Amino acid sequence: MDHIDIKDLLWMYRAMKKSRYFEERIEKAYLEGKQPIFNIGAGAIPGEMHLSNGQEPSAAGIIVHLTNNDTVTATHRPHHEAIAKGVDLKKMAAEIYGKKTGLSKGKGGHMHLFDPNVKFSCGGIVGAGIPHAVGAALANKKKETTDIAVAFIGEGAANSGAFHESLNLAALWNLPFILVVEDNSWGISVAQKASTSIPSNDLRASSYGIKGYLVNDNDPIEMYKVSKEAVARARKGKGPSIIEIKTYRFLGHFQGDPELYRNKEEVPSLRAKDPINRLKEYLLKEDLSTTEEIKTLENEIYTEVDSAFEFAIQSEYPKPEEALEDVFY
Amino acid sequence: METTKDKIKKLTGSKAMIQALDQEMDRDDSIFVMGEDVGKYGGIFGSTTGLFDKYGGERIMDTPISETGFIGAAVGAAAEGLRPIVELMFVDFHGVVMDQIYNHIAKIPYMSGGNVKLPIVLLTAVGGGYSDAAQHSQTLYASFGHLPGLKVVAPTFPNDIKGMLIAAIRDDNPVIFMFHKTLQGLGWMDQIDASLGPVPEETYTIPLNKANVVKTGKDVTIVGVQMMTVKALEAAKELTDLGIDAEVIDLRSIKPIDKETILKSVEKTGRLVVVDEDYYSYGITAEISAIVASEGFHHLKAPVVRIATPDVPIPYSRVMEKFVIPDVKDIVDTVKNMLIV
Repeated sequence: MDHIDIKDLLWMYRAMKKSRYFEERIEKAYLEGKQPIFNIGAGAIPGEMHLSNGQEPSAAGIIVHLTNNDTVTATHRPHHEAIAKGVDLKKMAAEIYGKKTGLSKGKGGHMHLFDPNVKFSCGGIVGAGIPHAVGAALANKKKETTDIAVAFIGEGAANSGAFHESLNLAALWNLPFILVVEDNSWGISVAQKASTSIPSNDLRASSYGIKGYLVNDNDPIEMYKVSKEAVARARKGKGPSIIEIKTYRFLGHFQGDPELYRNKEEVPSLRAKDPINRLKEYLLKEDLSTTEEIKTLENEIYTEVDSAFEFAIQSEYPKPEEALEDVFY
Repeated sequence: METTKDKIKKLTGSKAMIQALDQEMDRDDSIFVMGEDVGKYGGIFGSTTGLFDKYGGERIMDTPISETGFIGAAVGAAAEGLRPIVELMFVDFHGVVMDQIYNHIAKIPYMSGGNVKLPIVLLTAVGGGYSDAAQHSQTLYASFGHLPGLKVVAPTFPNDIKGMLIAAIRDDNPVIFMFHKTLQGLGWMDQIDASLGPVPEETYTIPLNKANVVKTGKDVTIVGVQMMTVKALEAAKELTDLGIDAEVIDLRSIKPIDKETILKSVEKTGRLVVVDEDYYSYGITAEISAIVASEGFHHLKAPVVRIATPDVPIPYSRVMEKFVIPDVKDIVDTVKNMLIV
């Protein structure tokens, strides 16, 4: 299980870097029309914006082992997972801009991204995606495929009823299901220690008789290894797992969060351990890649993301009365 | 408000809420607040700012996202004689915990033959208009108003927010206290005049079952709640220029509903427009229309008109959201159609 495929690591680097660059562009675009006075409803991208900068290993480290036929459900902070899963980048950007060409014709927005082509969905209610993924895993089992389902949640959702009910179902029915808990230390302003009675959620696996894994310090390589095993087990019908990764939230809960609840030194110390830089250094140090190869890869990412934004910006808004469509088929 | 000699200050909706909570917590040790991010953060929509520093974590309790757990725990704590005030950040999130609300909080006082009192206040933020999309923009006034056993209030102006929150805290029944995000006067949302208003410093209560005539008029009655009251008042101003004198009623209380104030107004004006940010079907507009059709039909000179968010989830994209949420122009056009042939 310890075998590391170089191609996989490069794939992960690409997914992580793409997510980061995509979000850096969102971060800037989000402030357009919101300066000098911040108004959440103003500008090119209105509404809440939850960015995942720093959390990229959680998504890339497991999705590298998935196919288009495996299901992923994500949270209100979904971009890194959506991008790793291969959600159409142009349509995703257009959705975030509220355009007609978006994934949901502008009806969903950044918290509600749906791309059935790659079996990706997310939502704005904490914990709600867990049973959806359990249901997808149930369908996979009934259809006798080797496809699996992965639900991503933050550590805050691990204290919801949906978490416990879903894991019991997944275990009871021995489903091809994996729950990834991204512990970024904060449920908005509430610290992990103040919300959870145990240090990490992999420990909770034993109460359902399933496998639990812990990835410390946001380590992309460790996430890759652990996920490889969990995915292989799920595909072979060996049952569900919980993977908890201790990850980093570089930004506020949402853009505009004053973050008065956290120590000012926390973010710089996390940024000093940026997982994307760490993966790059690993690739170079182990001679798995070269500076030139990485530069080329990065340039491809910039071009792809920039053209997605260009598409979004140039696209038309929906007509107001289109609001009335799509309630029923 | 009984006296005029009280010291009066201009406060935002948020500051009015905090003052009510502070004065009541100071008065009664059995009151405590729990909810997500009510502690150091001070409530995502500014409902508890500063109270953590004053009362500490024992009385201003941050909770995990265990919503069935902590709202259910309010039942047990209230039955034991405490007075829990529980915040659930967005009204949209109540789906997770509706069993505790509609099968337990709403029914236990009745099922116990009045022997178990549940003096719980549930605080929650409602409303759209800032592109937060389908799961963070609803008002759901009627969904709660439909359930027997719950008092449901939705005040608009800071003065009412304070008086009705104090009344809700002192009430021995469970009260759902809805505050509108845009009316909180938060620096990071739309700035509107209605979110700032005179509030007496002393404690006072405003009844939980009384609507308020916020503008008198003789030609047409417009009933609104929260942002729709604000928009009705703006519409009334525009209508004045057209020679139409509209009366505007701020409903304030969803349940119990103040029939008398509405019927009295319709008796005078003969015309009724009801405006609601909540969904159209089975909503406040339907309820008030039914009341007037049953008990004030003979006063009507024209059919009642209902203006509400159509039966679609709130869309994200600004152009579509603006289309579905009723606006000043919708009200002005409606009244013009009613009165100018």
